[in-house]
Amino acid sequence: MNKSRRSFLKVAGISAFALSTSVASSLSATAQAKVAPGSYEKGASALHAKRWAMVIDTRRFLTAKDYKPIIEACHRAHNVPNIPDDQNIKWFWLDSFEHAFPDEMNEFLDNRRKRASYPLLCNHCTNPPCVRVCPTQATYKMEDGIVAMDYHRCIGCRFCMAGCPYGARSFNFKDPRKFLSNPVPNPAFPTRMIGVVEKCTFCAERLAVGQMPACVEASGGKILFGDLADPNSTVRKALAENYSIRRKPNLGTQPGVYYLI
Amino acid sequence: MYNAKAVTIGIIIFVILFTSPFWASLLGKNYTESGITLPAREKECVESAEFMRNKHMQLLNEWRDEALRNEHRVYVASNGKKWAISLQNTCLKCHKEYTEFCDKCHVANSVDPYCWTCHLIPQGSKK
Amino acid sequence: MLEKILEGPRTYFVWLLFLLLCIAGCGLVYLTQLQEGLSVTGMSRDVSWGLYISQFTYFVGVAASAVMLVLPTYFHHYKKFKRMIIFGEFMAVAAVVMCALFIVVDLGQPQRMLNVMLHPTPNSVMFYDMIVLIGYLCLNIVIGWVTLEAERHDVLPPKWIKPRIYLSILWAFSIHTVTAFLYAGIPGRHYWLTAIMAGRFLASAFCSGPAILLLLMLLVRRLTGFDIGEEAKKTLATIIVYAMCVNVFFYLLELFTAFYSGIPGHAEPIRVLFFGHDGHMLWVSYWMWAAVIMAIACLAILIPPQTRTHPTLMPAALIMLVAASWIDKGLGLLIGGFTPNMYETITPYLPTCREVAVALGVYAVGALVLSLLWRVALGVKKETGHYTD
Repeated sequence: MNKSRRSFLKVAGISAFALSTSVASSLSATAQAKVAPGSYEKGASALHAKRWAMVIDTRRFLTAKDYKPIIEACHRAHNVPNIPDDQNIKWFWLDSFEHAFPDEMNEFLDNRRKRASYPLLCNHCTNPPCVRVCPTQATYKMEDGIVAMDYHRCIGCRFCMAGCPYGARSFNFKDPRKFLSNPVPNPAFPTRMIGVVEKCTFCAERLAVGQMPACVEASGGKILFGDLADPNSTVRKALAENYSIRRKPNLGTQPGVYYLI
Repeated sequence: MYNAKAVTIGIIIFVILFTSPFWASLLGKNYTESGITLPAREKECVESAEFMRNKHMQLLNEWRDEALRNEHRVYVASNGKKWAISLQNTCLKCHKEYTEFCDKCHVANSVDPYCWTCHLIPQGSKK
Repeated sequence: MLEKILEGPRTYFVWLLFLLLCIAGCGLVYLTQLQEGLSVTGMSRDVSWGLYISQFTYFVGVAASAVMLVLPTYFHHYKKFKRMIIFGEFMAVAAVVMCALFIVVDLGQPQRMLNVMLHPTPNSVMFYDMIVLIGYLCLNIVIGWVTLEAERHDVLPPKWIKPRIYLSILWAFSIHTVTAFLYAGIPGRHYWLTAIMAGRFLASAFCSGPAILLLLMLLVRRLTGFDIGEEAKKTLATIIVYAMCVNVFFYLLELFTAFYSGIPGHAEPIRVLFFGHDGHMLWVSYWMWAAVIMAIACLAILIPPQTRTHPTLMPAALIMLVAASWIDKGLGLLIGGFTPNMYETITPYLPTCREVAVALGVYAVGALVLSLLWRVALGVKKETGHYTD
């Protein structure tokens, strides 16, 4: 290669690089600029909190049956499909004490707790491992403490499922619509598509219009929901007056779901 | 250059074929309108028809990010009117006729957005 | 140099045709996966990663192992590897291509894969994994091609390639370290939550990768007559046996911490891997025991210098070594990470036929890339008379 050709290629290469970076930076600049001529705001009736949290009074649920209407309310509100095998979807489900709180293992646990069912859902951790590992920010923590999902952006890598220590996440191995009634239980809420991960959202869409989460509403006061940062909130009062536990607290994730047992 | 003649002819043929859509559109008649059906009762959309025609996809993306990530679930349009941000519950409330509205342009332009794998098309206008 | 891929004996073209047919067949299976989603795999809600990600992990190791040739050659000026180094670099290229494909076939929404670049997320290890893998691929293609071209023209490689080679040495360590961090930073997965994960990964990579390379070079010698030289073979075998010893040692460290501490979380996955649960062996338990036996057997052959380079014993030992490390990393790592699951119960995982077929398709693509690149390298070696001593 002779000298002039080499220097030409050098200059050409550098200018191509400069051009591409400037194009890229202008692209990202336009991505940030708003398209809409209008503006955005929060709903007037929306419920606000610094840190949403849930307190489940498991003492007031006698059998697994007592949870049934709550699970149904959740799964109906969010069009959660009922898939019979182990590639299933769960937002709100039940398991035994031993499985829900494996660190509290005790061979001689009293019969009531040994036999009882405990409701499981996304813990909306203060320090969520799923958010830490997501490579596209498809799952993220909002300023009110809710760990939310953007199904549009999820690439289905399932890193979050490996990361979640609570097994709170489900992957759509199959097309969920095949396992839903037609019309779907809640026509005002979308379904999910095949190949994305989903989980409980603390009903962010209901809080935005001033409603309590579906499970809380269906529980008749047995599940409390409120602002953990507010000492006068129902959840703080319940926690102050009762003994509570959380799932796997030693992992440092700071779950936002408390169990009165 | 080896085989200069053949190569030049080849390049010319390639250029003609490659640019053929432009020639075809120059020679052809005017484009046909997609013939979408606008909602019968509603007269105004969130923004002007022209804006919606050109930018509805970006607007929807922006709505999505604002609603999901910033909890901004209300859009204040440029005329001051407030709208709940929801493809399924706001847009499709007026634009009920999915096949006569969305599909008309999307199909004509071979666009296949994946909105409807999650968001529900109003019953009765399913594909 | 590219024209060399079109030259070769009949068997070479038959082999390429065979690979293309494999890729086409397995590609059809992948199409069904695209249609029906990952439900065609044996993965489940509790075991959400399986064969694909484990193969990805294994081949990151194979890619990184090229450094075991590059490092002695360029840091220690060890001349005997000079002739075969290009094969290591090209094998790294094929391995990284396979890694990328294993990630793609594992995604639920592969068409959105570029979201990783559109929304760069520095807190996700996956983001760094993408960067280091792409970087390593580019480095190896450039270094391999430039040095081979220089060899062909019988000139010294250009000066600018040197810093890139040094960079590639550090980079090789980084790719497998970052891959280990995918696992080792996750709270609640006991089998993965260990600081020695990256060390174990590197040790197993530096024995299994060179072992695969050495086996393939022996095959190449039989097929084409290209000989890496007795001295290079000896040195490589020594490197392999050291790395395997370290690999086994690191695994024993895991066993000590798990069982001497008595913490159930640490011990349970290992117990499940080797003994199953409730008195029932899992299918993977048999494989794990086979890996133990093969690891011991290969060390027994490779440690004594008399048998280390024995013409029939060495290949057998290397095959056992590759199999043992593959079972440890390609099966045990993922299954151990997900069993017991988050509720300390067992959800069995068994790859389905279609899952295995897709994985084999990726293997075939890797073999195709490797065959083409090695064909080029062999063509140049023949042309310049660097075929044997």
